[in-house]
Amino acid sequence: MIRSLAEDTILSGRERQVLTVGRDSHDIHCEAPSKAGAVSQRACVFCGSRVVLYPIADALHLIHGPVGCAAYTWDIRGALSSGPELHRLSFCTDLKEKEVIFGGMEKLEKTLNELIPRYTPKAAFVYATCIVGIIGDDVAAVCRKIEALHGIPVIPVHSEGFKGTKKDGYRAACTALERLVGSHEGAPVEKGINIMGEFNLAGEAWIITEYYRRMGINIVSVMTGDGRVDEVSRAHLAGLNLVQCSGSLTPLAQAMEERYGIPFRRVSYFGIEDTAAALYEAADFFGDSRIKRRTAELVAEEVAKVETEIAAIREEVQGKRAAIYVGGAFKAFSLIKILRRLGMEVVLAGSQTGGPDDYERLTKMCPPGTVIVDDSNPLELCRILMETGADLFIGGVKERPLACKLGIGFCDHNHERKIPLAGFIGTVNFAREVANTVNSPVWRFIRRRRL
Amino acid sequence: MLLRHTAANLAERKALTINPAKTCQPIGAMYAALGVHGCLPHSHGSQGCCAYHRSTLTRHYKEPIMASTSSFTEGASVFGGQANLLQALNTIFTVYDPDIVAVHTTCLSETIGDDLAQIVRKAFDDGKIPEGKKVIHASTPSYVGSHVTGFSNMVAGIVKAFAEDTEEKVNQINVIPGWVEPPDMREIKRLLKEMRVPSVLFPDTSDVLDAPQSGTHQFYPAGGTTREELVSTGSSFMTFGLGSFASESGASELKKQCRVPYELLDLPIGIRATDRFLFRVSEMTGHQVPESISAERGRAVDIITDMQQYLAGKRVAVFGDPDQLIALTGFLVDLDMKPVHIVSGTPGKAFRKRIAGILGDESANVHNGQRADMFLLHQLIKQEPVDLLIGNTYGKYIARDEDIPFVRMGFPILDRIGHSYFPTVGYSGAMRILEKMLGAIMDREDRDAPEEQFELVM
Repeated sequence: MIRSLAEDTILSGRERQVLTVGRDSHDIHCEAPSKAGAVSQRACVFCGSRVVLYPIADALHLIHGPVGCAAYTWDIRGALSSGPELHRLSFCTDLKEKEVIFGGMEKLEKTLNELIPRYTPKAAFVYATCIVGIIGDDVAAVCRKIEALHGIPVIPVHSEGFKGTKKDGYRAACTALERLVGSHEGAPVEKGINIMGEFNLAGEAWIITEYYRRMGINIVSVMTGDGRVDEVSRAHLAGLNLVQCSGSLTPLAQAMEERYGIPFRRVSYFGIEDTAAALYEAADFFGDSRIKRRTAELVAEEVAKVETEIAAIREEVQGKRAAIYVGGAFKAFSLIKILRRLGMEVVLAGSQTGGPDDYERLTKMCPPGTVIVDDSNPLELCRILMETGADLFIGGVKERPLACKLGIGFCDHNHERKIPLAGFIGTVNFAREVANTVNSPVWRFIRRRRL
Repeated sequence: MLLRHTAANLAERKALTINPAKTCQPIGAMYAALGVHGCLPHSHGSQGCCAYHRSTLTRHYKEPIMASTSSFTEGASVFGGQANLLQALNTIFTVYDPDIVAVHTTCLSETIGDDLAQIVRKAFDDGKIPEGKKVIHASTPSYVGSHVTGFSNMVAGIVKAFAEDTEEKVNQINVIPGWVEPPDMREIKRLLKEMRVPSVLFPDTSDVLDAPQSGTHQFYPAGGTTREELVSTGSSFMTFGLGSFASESGASELKKQCRVPYELLDLPIGIRATDRFLFRVSEMTGHQVPESISAERGRAVDIITDMQQYLAGKRVAVFGDPDQLIALTGFLVDLDMKPVHIVSGTPGKAFRKRIAGILGDESANVHNGQRADMFLLHQLIKQEPVDLLIGNTYGKYIARDEDIPFVRMGFPILDRIGHSYFPTVGYSGAMRILEKMLGAIMDREDRDAPEEQFELVM
């Protein structure tokens, strides 16, 4: 018997954005703007662009707008760099009333002229915020002028907040990256790949690139984790693009396929199965028997290292119920597989920005009774968590205190994670974190309520 | 070093801001609105604004922050946000059922010229605001002032919406506590209660942003100044506004609207500022400061007498919001410490004037407004090193690069706890500041002392 959600759990008007697997036959209605008045967990176009480009560590990231957009995005998420740290500073034009009335182009130009000689960056990204779109500054024109003057790429990012969703921000970032890709000449890199949609929040890019190196594959660029302007500029010399993360860099991969004939594959580095599949994807693509052998050896060796511990952790967590609410749906697929490996039951799977295909796949993957949601909100999430009796909530910054208030374990699988969760080792890190929170003694002090 | 690019020489900047020491108005409006019971803050702009404010407040308080957004699209930005706000109010009252909605604007809705008063009137006329519910509003353009201005504007908006003028004024005072933390608001209420002074404190985020773990999520937590209390502020016989930057506009609005006179005082941070607050409250209400509070004062002063040798002459850099910095600078001077760099991103000439008055003959680098940012502060520190740095979390880069003991005070604090639970106002707040400063200074002495001078007893 599949339990149905209580009648008042789903907010009115959102009935088609929620379903219970095995009970409801409708498709998830998604990719729609949030309803005005919602306490939405979503962000804006600017946010999408900012998170994608931010990890390029030797570029200058200038926010053209009032101070807030710069202040709220100043070093708030991990973007680990093995060298330059320019990206971790916050630069802005701090637009004032005068510029809102008379235009901000002059101030933008002055700002760039003060910035570039001071920091000698390899490139500059100039982010347009809401207000710039309204007052009509020709950001591209200023960028062209500055580029000619200083001889570095100065790239406008059309990320006015109101011009769509976070996903449109990813697209704007991809358009900006397209400007860089191909700007350096060179010979094609043999067995070269670009790792795309990996942002090195907590060192994941280093784990992943090390695997590929051991396999005998060359990394042309990581976009954009621990990123460098020169690497991005040479990305067109790779033979294959491996794209992680649902939406963020797919538009760039598509553009590179069209323009340079570089095929792309969607991969994930979360979990044993998906990590292995991502490595084999590259090995099979290049078709070299030596690479294939090395890959098999690597996978066997790495799995052997973590197997025992994962089995031990499984003993601690199996039978517990997990809820997932993430930004892009693609991450949810991997998480469901890992949780299954740990013997846990997924009771909720949702995302802020999933597409129709994502939700179809989620619905197929999840057992009857799992609740699937698109663009949820705190009220609904809390009710579903309580109704489904979740023991664990996997989400981001705004979800953490909700889980804590309800007395449910929490794992940040978003940008506030502090340990790498990718690759084979990352799977153990994740499992350990899940076990720690689910079995924390603090829950003894709390009487969890259920609906 | 993360700030490896900072050079000591101060090349003049005309346009560029590096590492701001402020943020924008709407977050202040959101914070103020959370201090009203049963109120849902509403951000009239793009979705991102609301998401950023909620995330920042969540990181600072480790609490769920509830606020809704008009979710502007391209259409709204061309045709105006009226339709979005009307729909939003409908959604909010249907789904989230708050008693009060506090709408603030953003740079976007301000620039396209949305008139909140007119839209809210229309919502009322169209019957979109259910019986007994209230929609209040404040204009908070992000390109004017700072987060402190936004707080101040929303406090004035609260007054405009609720305070009712009465012929007879009653034996009650209003206290606008300024942008302080929930425990500070709780502490001021406690002091007034101990003095048996009838009072209304607003806004009041205690029991909202420090809500206890209860196994449930309260969408509208127990705290917040109630609507009845807010209505009654118009019949109080006077208002104390603590910190002119955050509290003057609310206090003056009450005077204008309800003929309630007001007095502005510094935030009660440190001994003398607390003395002044309690003394004036006592003088105006006729209620004595009880022995229990005098004893608290005595304990705070006792710490200072015991530890004066560790405080004397220490050079300090402070940054943050003007009301805090004014009061804190006074406290540091009283402790025989030397504030040498004082930086606030919030504009206003009154700030430098007040600080100059407090410093007297002592000189210091005092900067505020545009380009008074963390980069400038870092350069100042490189030129004239300090023994202690006090400010919000963003000071940690400078503290690490320059190896300076660092005490976290202000907004936001994203990497430590305590600010949500322990006050920095009042005598007990003074004790906490002393404990934190002395802890930082003495830990450093322990760390740096050569073996033969490493002391057990300090």
